[in-house]
Amino acid sequence: MTELMDQLKEQIILQLNLEGMKKEDIDNDSSLFGGGLGLDSIDALELIVLLEKNYGIKIANPADGKKIFQSIRSMAEFIEANKK
Amino acid sequence: MTDKNYITAVCSVKNGTVKINNTFDFTNSLVTSGVDFLKSVYTHYQFNYPKFFKMDGLCKLAFTASELVLKQNNITNTYKPEDIAIIIANRTSSLETDSEHQHAISNKENYFPSPSVFVYTLPNIMIGEIAIRNKITGENSVFIFDKFDAEFMSEYVNSLLNSNKAQCCITGWVDFYDNKYEAFLITVEKKKSALGIENQTEELNKLFITNA
Repeated sequence: MTELMDQLKEQIILQLNLEGMKKEDIDNDSSLFGGGLGLDSIDALELIVLLEKNYGIKIANPADGKKIFQSIRSMAEFIEANKK
Repeated sequence: MTDKNYITAVCSVKNGTVKINNTFDFTNSLVTSGVDFLKSVYTHYQFNYPKFFKMDGLCKLAFTASELVLKQNNITNTYKPEDIAIIIANRTSSLETDSEHQHAISNKENYFPSPSVFVYTLPNIMIGEIAIRNKITGENSVFIFDKFDAEFMSEYVNSLLNSNKAQCCITGWVDFYDNKYEAFLITVEKKKSALGIENQTEELNKLFITNA
């Protein structure tokens, strides 16, 4: 799980152009939105694409997004539970 | 009698250089790509606006030139948000990002268009970025021309000011394509500034050529 969370952080930094940020700067349990990362609604869409492109996972119900993208840990748990 | 309006600040960004009010202010010949140069400008002038890094090249360029031209005067504090217009022209629209998006959707086997690329597939997004940054809500338009049309631009902006649709205007040329980038932004107001340049075709054309 730790390895997956580190990998996710690197992918998020790259995909969302979080210039100057390192994976050590992102806490596993901190809120991804409304926190220090400054993510917006377009970033949320990018995260959906990231899950599909890198892990082959589609979010069937958009309402689940809020829970899935709560933190790095919640994203990793979702991937572990749904990866093919 | 036609009211006179005046160019109160000038900024140009192209070929690894920044000019402010016709004077070289920053140069970086160490980088070859337009985006890398704009990042070095961002760092040099300490813009402190992380959203800059999410923008496409065209918006980075427009944002950079707008930050620098607006530093020369105080128009965002002087005028009401609805009294500041933004009128920009360019040649290649948002073609750089359009091509990137088109590339992303051309392979049906690997079909992952990026939302953050797609949102920049309109040239007027550069105006949106400037407006959001400065909380400007006035009249705005982007025009596509083969080359800078000083007559059209000066007349259009003068018309906005003389009809009181705006009290001042951020205007000029911002073009970014295939690693060629050129921004020329000015502010136009009803009052005369130290620059003392009237916003009319001949003067504007001369200014554009000087900064080219």
